[in-house]
Amino acid sequence: MAGHGPATDWGEDKASDYKERLGIYLFIVYCVVYAAFVALNTFTPKLMGMIVFSGLNLAVVYGMGLIILAIIMGIIYNNMCTKAEDQMNK
Amino acid sequence: MIYDASIFAIVLFIAFVIAVLGISKYFASKTKSSAGYYAAGGTIHWAVNGIAFAGDYLSAASFLGICGMIAFLGYDGFLYSIGYLAGWVVALFVVAEPLKKAGKYTFTDALDSRFNSKGIQLMAAISTLVVSICYLIPQMVGAGSLITPLLGMPHYVGVILVGGIVIFIVATAGMASTTYVQFIKGGLLILFSSILTVALFVNGYKLKPHDDYHKFITLSVTSENGVVTSVADGYSIASQNKDLGVVKLEKDGMQTWWQLQKEGKSVIETPSMVVLANGETLYNGAPKSERKFYQVGHMSKIIVDGKEVKETGSLGPFEFLSTITNSEVILFTKKVFKDGADNVTVWKHTPTSGERIMRPGLKFHLETDKIWDKIDFISLMLALFLGTSALPHILIRYYTVPSPKDARKSTIVAIASIGFFYVLTLFMGLGAMTHGVLDLGDSNMSAPLLAKFFGIFLFSCISAIAFATVLGTVSGLIVAASGAVAHDLISNFGGIKMTDAGQVKAGKISAIVVGIIAIILGILFKGMNVSFLVGLAFSVAASANLPAIMMVIFWKKTSAVGVAVSILVGMVTALVIILLSPDLYAQYGWDPATAPSPLGQPGIISIPLSFITLVVFSLLFPSKGSKPLA
Repeated sequence: MAGHGPATDWGEDKASDYKERLGIYLFIVYCVVYAAFVALNTFTPKLMGMIVFSGLNLAVVYGMGLIILAIIMGIIYNNMCTKAEDQMNK
Repeated sequence: MIYDASIFAIVLFIAFVIAVLGISKYFASKTKSSAGYYAAGGTIHWAVNGIAFAGDYLSAASFLGICGMIAFLGYDGFLYSIGYLAGWVVALFVVAEPLKKAGKYTFTDALDSRFNSKGIQLMAAISTLVVSICYLIPQMVGAGSLITPLLGMPHYVGVILVGGIVIFIVATAGMASTTYVQFIKGGLLILFSSILTVALFVNGYKLKPHDDYHKFITLSVTSENGVVTSVADGYSIASQNKDLGVVKLEKDGMQTWWQLQKEGKSVIETPSMVVLANGETLYNGAPKSERKFYQVGHMSKIIVDGKEVKETGSLGPFEFLSTITNSEVILFTKKVFKDGADNVTVWKHTPTSGERIMRPGLKFHLETDKIWDKIDFISLMLALFLGTSALPHILIRYYTVPSPKDARKSTIVAIASIGFFYVLTLFMGLGAMTHGVLDLGDSNMSAPLLAKFFGIFLFSCISAIAFATVLGTVSGLIVAASGAVAHDLISNFGGIKMTDAGQVKAGKISAIVVGIIAIILGILFKGMNVSFLVGLAFSVAASANLPAIMMVIFWKKTSAVGVAVSILVGMVTALVIILLSPDLYAQYGWDPATAPSPLGQPGIISIPLSFITLVVFSLLFPSKGSKPLA
């Protein structure tokens, strides 16, 4: 160690492996959705002008969708992590 | 250049500054230890920390820069919002908890926690300083740009004022006062942006945005092959630029620029700024004092349910977006050219369909076959995605909460609040585009000027918050930079043993020195494009820091040499590509076509190169007995 530890102390976290795996899976899912968005914008920019929902085009729906997806996935991740922590760290 | 100082804005600004100084003084009495100074004692509640994250992250580039870019170039500005927000997913799912577990005060602590390596301490501290300074400059330049029109003071006064206040905030109570300044600013920014957006929905769209909106004069002319040969109403032709389709007309001793319309039978008045050979600047043919420069931004056709209308009335969020998609907007396209000894800038009327505005391509040239334009775009989106979780001033906020669980929860609050704000940027940007409020000389003022459309109260609040935006972000950056100097370089790398009180003192002195450097750079870089510099900071952070963070967390064979060299290679590669890019060549005043690098955004090369360097050097120079953080 570099002669210093964390700023605060806490107990052992038995759920850390589970949370790490879950984080990586969710990260990969979001990466794929984000990469597809960038690819569509790059190679088929005109397609992004296609109206897809309630008068809104694909660019807006997909872009807003990415922001909302991040929030939803974050909430799901937190709930699953909290549940795992409560069960495994009893 | 076209607005007066508002007394109410000044009063609000002073009230905010007094409140901020009061908070700092309050926490100063409680900040005696180094843990208190660098990490607010690790006692901040996760919800407060989450909003403080938003206050830290939503810098002048987000609030002023993105809204301005959307107002001038449509959807492409919103791509920045998407990229900036997506970066938080990396922070939440990959970085937050392991970094919280491993670090103490700075992100160098976390990287070095497995190794105790002088190389890592030095390289990570230098990288922190480089990224923080790249990020600081645009904030300080933005402070100066804001204060000039709003408080009627020169640019350098704004920079010194903001710098002085921030030095006081950081030097008195470090991360504790910084956290609460960021919390208040983040909360107010989201609240007032929401109010502004709702006001836009209630107002809807109108062909004539407001009663005082400038009426563009049209003159009958005769022309041959794009050259104007005669003009009506007592005007005479002074000169013209056939390639750009603009003509300079003279009447009563005043020269103004006009744009030849498509059919060649009329010209329309065109906003212009001319720098004469003697250095004097004319706005629409007259000196600044005559106030001829007007605000613009209007729709030429509003289509609702397939019919043209003059105004829409109140709209819902979806209708607000779908209406502009179906309608037509006049964008003002900037053209710069020489007219004899004069340097002329005109903003040509460009009728643009809403369908074109609401999809990508007006800023990023994605509809061409030029492969480098596409690679540049991918590179930018990659840097935005990977840069957030590698910004030192963001990472240090993980050390202010009590536990990894709190770090995770505060990140989710950050994602929700920042995501909500970024959704609002699209509405605010499009609102500024169509409500006759744009200052063609300064896109950064689009959001405050949109607020002015709805009255002086909202304008004053938004202006005061814009100042607060700069204060909050600069405070975070100076805490990060002072930590890199005092904690990483002097204490850890230099091996100078200090008492706890000595560490706090070193941090405060470092904050003052970094603050003064920021003030000087903010004055020197006046006029530099602020979004460009923030993009540079993201690229350097993603290239230098992220590969090291990810591999330290997940790859057991990562070695101290691998981490140190990868930071160096990522940082240098990113900087060299940027310095040799066409964008920078244009900034130097050289021909962009002669730039050695075809790329403006380095991430697509420098990030993988940094990863490869880390792997190769870790295998060649292994460290014994270390294990991944995760």
